[in-house]
Amino acid sequence: MNAVVVMKDIEKSFPGVRALHNAQLELRSGEVHALMGENGAGKSTMMKILAGIYRRDGGEILLDGKPVDINSPRQAQDLGIGIIHQELNLMPHLTAAQNMFIGREPRKAAGLLLDEGKLNGQAAEIFASMHLKLDPRTLVGGLTIARQQMVEIAKALSYRSRVLIMDEPTAALNDAEINELFAIIARLKAEGVGIVYISHKMDELKRIADRVTIMRDGEYIGTVPAETTPVEKIISMMVGRALTDERPDVPDHSNSEVVLEVRNLNRGATIRDVSFSVRKGEILGFAGLMGAGRTEVARAIFGADRRDGGDIFMHGKKVDIHMPQDAVRAGIGYLSEDRKHFGLATGMDVRNNVVLASLRRFTGPGGLLKEAAMHDVAVRYIDQLAIKTPSDKQEVRLLSGGNQQKIVIAKWLLRDCEVLIFDEPTRGIDVGAKNEIYKLLNALAQQGRAIIVISSELPEVLRLSHRIAVMCEGRLTGILSGGASQEEIMHLATLRGEGANNNNKQTKPAKGEAK
Amino acid sequence: MSATASSGTASIGSKFSGAHRLLAFASLIALVLVFSLASPNFMQTSNIIAILQATSVNGVLAIAATLVIITGGIDLSVGTLMTFCAVIAGVVLTFWGMPLGLGVLAAILAGAASGTLSGTFVAKLKIPPFIATLGMMLILKGLSLVISGTRPIYFNGTPGFTQISQGSLIGTVIPGLPIPNGVLILFLVAIATSFILERTILGRFTFALGSNEEAVRLSGVNTDRWKIAVYALAGGICGIAGLLIASRLNSAQPALGQGYELDAIAAVVIGGTSLSGGRGTIIGTLIGALIISVLANGLRILSVAQEWQTVVTGSIIILAVYTDILRRRRL
Repeated sequence: MNAVVVMKDIEKSFPGVRALHNAQLELRSGEVHALMGENGAGKSTMMKILAGIYRRDGGEILLDGKPVDINSPRQAQDLGIGIIHQELNLMPHLTAAQNMFIGREPRKAAGLLLDEGKLNGQAAEIFASMHLKLDPRTLVGGLTIARQQMVEIAKALSYRSRVLIMDEPTAALNDAEINELFAIIARLKAEGVGIVYISHKMDELKRIADRVTIMRDGEYIGTVPAETTPVEKIISMMVGRALTDERPDVPDHSNSEVVLEVRNLNRGATIRDVSFSVRKGEILGFAGLMGAGRTEVARAIFGADRRDGGDIFMHGKKVDIHMPQDAVRAGIGYLSEDRKHFGLATGMDVRNNVVLASLRRFTGPGGLLKEAAMHDVAVRYIDQLAIKTPSDKQEVRLLSGGNQQKIVIAKWLLRDCEVLIFDEPTRGIDVGAKNEIYKLLNALAQQGRAIIVISSELPEVLRLSHRIAVMCEGRLTGILSGGASQEEIMHLATLRGEGANNNNKQTKPAKGEAK
Repeated sequence: MSATASSGTASIGSKFSGAHRLLAFASLIALVLVFSLASPNFMQTSNIIAILQATSVNGVLAIAATLVIITGGIDLSVGTLMTFCAVIAGVVLTFWGMPLGLGVLAAILAGAASGTLSGTFVAKLKIPPFIATLGMMLILKGLSLVISGTRPIYFNGTPGFTQISQGSLIGTVIPGLPIPNGVLILFLVAIATSFILERTILGRFTFALGSNEEAVRLSGVNTDRWKIAVYALAGGICGIAGLLIASRLNSAQPALGQGYELDAIAAVVIGGTSLSGGRGTIIGTLIGALIISVLANGLRILSVAQEWQTVVTGSIIILAVYTDILRRRRL
C-alpha cells in the first residue's frame, strides 16, 4: 500500500504555546487512520495544517510522494484534501445542494444565471454514490446534526477528495446515526479514499480504524495497528507521563459540612438526572469526554441555562436559581471555559474586570463609583494572585491566558463565593502557569471553599481532585475517590448505558432516547 | 510576556485611541482654518454662534445615541422621540396651560418613558435594537401627529419658553459673549453624560454591556435592568433635545424629526464611537457633531449647493470609520 499523505517533522507554534513538535503522520489510500491523543495533544492543529487552515512553521508534507505547500483551504481542496470540522460549517438557510457547491455553482445563460437544476442534479449524484437518501433541495437548517454531517461529507466528496479528515464526527450522533456514518466510511474506504479519523471513543476505533497514530503534547508517540493493539496500550501511550506520583494526599472530607448539593438535575438530553454534593474544602473533579454534559451541568446550576428539573441546596437549604444573579447571591461562582467570550470584558482594564461582579460594593450615593477603593482591591489581588500586569489599568486582552484566568478568579474571590465552579481552568494556558493555577485552587480549597473543577485533561483531574465525578452522555456514571486510575475513569466515561441498550435491539433506531 | 513589553503595547494602545480623538479634533480645526481662509464671513462671532446654535439639537441627540451605541445597540428613534417630547411639552404648556417647569419635566419624562419601552423591547423581548427602535421611531412619529392633530403647537402662551434655547444667560453675565442657552445646555448635557459614563455604575455597565454582555451576565449582574436604564437615560436626553428645538422654533412641529437620527449617528461615528459597542466618548461625539455643523455652514458660505454638502458629509463618515478600522488593525 502506498502513502497518499506523509506529514514529516511538523512544527507549529502559537503565541506563547508550542502546539506541534516533530509531529508525524502517514496516511495510506483506502485506510481509516485514527489520530488519538488527549485534548490539547495537537490532533486538530495537525489536521488544520493538512487542510490549509493553519500554516506549518516547519516540516514537510508529501502528497503522493511529492512535497507540497498547502497555504489555503482552497488549495487543500484542489489537492483533494477535505475536512469535516467538529463544528459544522454550513449555512442553515441554504439547501443541501447550495451548501455543497457554494462558490462553485453551475451557471447558465452565459454565466448570468445560476443553473439550479444542474446544481441539484450534481448533488443528487453524489448522494447516490454515498447511498444517501436526501433531497438536495432540503434546507440544511431543518436537518438533524447527523444529516448535516452527511452533507458536509458530500461536500468534501464533491471536490473529488482523496483524503478526508473527520474531527470527532460522532460527538453529536446517536447509535443509529453512527451506524449510518460508518457504512458510508466503509464505502469511501473501498473506493480508495484515505480517511483520518479523530476520536476519543475507543470502541469506535476498534470498529472502523485500520491503524492508530498517537500524539501527546504536540509530539508524535507512535503508530500501531488498531485491531491487535490492546486499548490499555493505546491509553497509556496517550497519557504517557507518570502522573500518579504527582497526586497529592487526598484529605478526608467526609466529616465536613456539605455546602452544595444538587439533586436530580435534568435538561433535555444533555443532562439526565444528575445528583451530587460538594463539601467544604473539597475539590470535586468532573471528568468525561467532549459532549458528556459537564459544562451543561455547571451552567444549569449557575442559572445560565434553564433547567427542566432538579433542586439545588446550599448548606441544606433549597435555593431558587433562575438566573446567574440568583446563583451569585447564593454564593456560587462560575468560571467559564471560554474566558474570552463569557468570562472577561477583554476590552476593559484589570481593575474593572476584577470588580465586575461586585460593582455595587464600590458604588456610593448617586451611583458614583469609588475608583480609589476599586484600585486598592485590584492591586491587592494583583499581589495576592501574582498577576503579571504593568498596572490595574492595563486592558485585559493584552495579558497572557494564565493572567487572564487569575483575573477571573480574583473576580469571584472578591465576590466571596463559597462554591467556585472552574470550567477548564487551564485551557490555553502554558505549563508553567498551569502549576500556579493548580496551587491557587488547592489554596482556595484549604481556605474552606467548595470547588468543582471540570477538565477534559485527565492528568489535571487526577492531580487536583479529592473526588472525581465522571459523566457520559448527560448522565453521571460514577463518582470515584481521589486515588482512582485513568483506566477507571475512562471506563466510566465510555459507559454508554442507554447506548448499550440500543445495541441490543438494533431493529429500533435510537431516535427517541429511552427515558 | 514581560511587564515592560506589555506596558509598551498598552501605551501604544492608549496613544492610538487618543490619536483618533486628536484626529477628529484636528480635522475640525483644519476645517475651521480652511473655511476662515476661504471666506472672511466664516470667523464672524455671529457665524460662530450660529454654528454652535445649529449644533445644539443634533449634539444633544448624538449624546443620547452615543449611550445606546456604547452598549452595542442602536437607537433610530431619537429624532422622532425628540419631536414627540416637544409635542408633549406643547400639550402640557399650551393645551393645559401649566407652568413652564411642568412642561419641561413632562418632556423629559416622556423621553425617559419611551426609552424605557425601547429598552424593554431590546432587553426583555430580545428584539434586535435596530428593529425595536425602528418600530418606536414610526410609532412616535405617528403619535406626534395624532396628539397634535397634525398641526404645529405654538408656545405663545408660555412667556420664557423661547428663552430655553434662544436666551443667553452667559450673555447677561458677560455681555461680550452672547452664547445662547441652547449651546450652554448642550455643554451641560455633555458634561453630565460624560460624568455618568466615566464615574458612575450606570456608565461602567454601559461600557461593560457593549464590551461583553455575556461576561457581565455571568458575573451575576441583572443585565436587562441596566440596559433598560441606559435606553431610558438616552430617552430623557432626547426630551431635552425636544425642548431645545421647540424653543428655537417657538413651536412643536409634529412633522419634523425623521432624519435627525441619522445626523446624530453620523456625529457619533465621526467622533470615534464603535458601532460594535464597548468604546466611545462624549467629547468625540461633540466634535463629530461640530464637524457636521461646520461643514454645512462653511459649504453654505462658500455657496456650495445643498446636494453637494450631503455628498461631502457622507464621504466624511466613511473616511472617519475607515481611519478607525485602520487604527484597530494596527493593534
